[in-house]
Amino acid sequence: MSEKQTFLGWIDDRFPLTKVWNEHLAEYYAPKNFNFWYFMGSLAILVLVNQIVTGIWLAMHYKPDAGLAFSSVEYIMRDVDWGWLLRYLHSTGASAFFAVIYLHMFRGLMYGSYQKPRELLWIIGVIIYLAMMATAFMGYLLPWGQMSFWGAQVIVNLFAAVPFVGEELSIWIRGDYVISDATLNRFFAFHFLLPFVLVGLVFLHIVALHKVGSNNPDGIEIKKNKDENGIPKDGIPFHPYYSVKDIAGVVGFLIIFLGIVFFAPDFFGLFLEAPNFEPANPLKTPDHIAPVWYFTPFYAMLRAVPPMFGSQFPGVVVMFAAIIVMFFLPWLDKSPVKSIRYKGPIFKAALAIFAVTFVVLAWLGMKPSSPILTLMAQIFTALYFAFFLLMPWYSKIDKTKPEPERVTG
Amino acid sequence: MKKLIAIVLLSVLPALGMAAGGPGVPLLAADNDLSDQESLQRGAKYFVNYCMGCHSAQYVRYEKVAEAAGLTEQEVKDNLMFTENKKIGSQMISAINPDDAARWFGTAVPDLTLTARVRHSGDWIYTYLKSFYLDDSKPSGVNNLVFPDVGMPHVLVELQGLQKANFKVETDADGNEHKVFEGFELVKAGSMTPEEYDGMTRDLTNFMVWAAEPMKLERQRLGMWVMGFLVILFILAYMLKKEYWKDIH
Repeated sequence: MSEKQTFLGWIDDRFPLTKVWNEHLAEYYAPKNFNFWYFMGSLAILVLVNQIVTGIWLAMHYKPDAGLAFSSVEYIMRDVDWGWLLRYLHSTGASAFFAVIYLHMFRGLMYGSYQKPRELLWIIGVIIYLAMMATAFMGYLLPWGQMSFWGAQVIVNLFAAVPFVGEELSIWIRGDYVISDATLNRFFAFHFLLPFVLVGLVFLHIVALHKVGSNNPDGIEIKKNKDENGIPKDGIPFHPYYSVKDIAGVVGFLIIFLGIVFFAPDFFGLFLEAPNFEPANPLKTPDHIAPVWYFTPFYAMLRAVPPMFGSQFPGVVVMFAAIIVMFFLPWLDKSPVKSIRYKGPIFKAALAIFAVTFVVLAWLGMKPSSPILTLMAQIFTALYFAFFLLMPWYSKIDKTKPEPERVTG
Repeated sequence: MKKLIAIVLLSVLPALGMAAGGPGVPLLAADNDLSDQESLQRGAKYFVNYCMGCHSAQYVRYEKVAEAAGLTEQEVKDNLMFTENKKIGSQMISAINPDDAARWFGTAVPDLTLTARVRHSGDWIYTYLKSFYLDDSKPSGVNNLVFPDVGMPHVLVELQGLQKANFKVETDADGNEHKVFEGFELVKAGSMTPEEYDGMTRDLTNFMVWAAEPMKLERQRLGMWVMGFLVILFILAYMLKKEYWKDIH
């Protein structure tokens, strides 16, 4: 026995290092037919790590104080060595995180990755998405610009629309009657905490994934076809095959991501909004308040619902329902097949309409409202919910194709 | 692949929509050049002489101006710093009392460090500086085409001279009347020719664009190296993947 093996043996007697390595990497068999869409999971982890690392370094210089926050961000940009890079990596990373996760979720929709036995995997994913939204929302207040302030004001005011307890609830969230120093401090505390909660949730997501195994573009279970050693015939060890493939994916992603960081960090006003370069001013409402692009689909749905009985509450309910409905997806899809490749024309059309709907809602959420745009928002909100709520019906009557025995290219 | 293209197209659509919108008055292209150090030197000089009476650029330190404009510390101290205590690391802060300023102009005087970013680019600043026109209804005697009813007087009037704005009235299909801007007409010449004034405001804009994001040239320069490195790394990573995967069918 070489010295190295002895050392590893010493570790393995005390900690299942080799076992974990084998179970999750070297002997974790993933389908061999992953395509472009399967890069998104590893990229999401990369962006999460980027957010945590740059975030900790930013926190070393940032002041969570209404009187100092805006200036401290500018000093990070100007006087801290490489501070501008840390800040742009973090601000671009927030948008990249959502871009990657939206593609990741869309992959799930296309290939039926939420269907049995992956219901819990999907649900943990939706919880991760919710935690991301909370983290991003609180993080956006921290630069203490005009859009930070008024965006938070609008969103926290939504809680005030809850019947009976709303007013108290919104004060409890803000710690004040308006967005103030107290709000900034608590948002900073949560913005620092939640990423570590995210790490825990991602861990659970991966544990659940490795229990049931990865889905694939054909949506068939590779575990049904095993060789004499019990290894799936269509499976290949994650390491080295997908580790080297993901390295190429990571570098490809970095070309786009760092391209934005170095050449268009505000991304035409979408990633860093122009009004946010003006310090928060509670006495001056911006002409047009819009959340950052990744929240705009939900903001459009909120605004699409007219106030009822003098209350904004129905709109708030619709907005939250748009996210909650995702939890039920595994039980809404009655199709006998998973992948879009074998689903029928109705499901294909529904998914295409849904994708367009999401993008149009995102666009509508950025625009100031007008009667025609509000009507559009109402139509597309209805389409958004129709995709989910009519699914039990249209996925049942759809004409599916037979699934293959083994994965295809 | 078709799907990919569709996704990319769909994701840039909103950006295009935003780019098409904008203020009612078309902005003039500033065509400023951040790498033109002489322009930055002139811009800094104009800024301290004409703007800093009231406005600060509080996040800009004089030493960074020296660095960007290719000046020595002594040159900056002698030509740009008008305070008693000349510390090169100090910030560009106006001597005006903010409360006085708010009382005199009826509004808080904004800090100008980030104006170029608040207004998306230098074009707005350049157009703004060229768009003051005679308006007797205003306390300052002037109004501004891109910032209607602005509280700021035309501090560059000695240089540009005074211009009046010509409007024509148009009636649209619904019978509503609109004032349509037709052009400026110089009614009193200033000490500069229009071309000189264009150059002067372009330099001032250049300085303000630099002040809003002083690391812009540095990040673009560095970005080229990062991109070059990543492209090479991608080729290697792709070849490595091919090598590992050659026996997977």
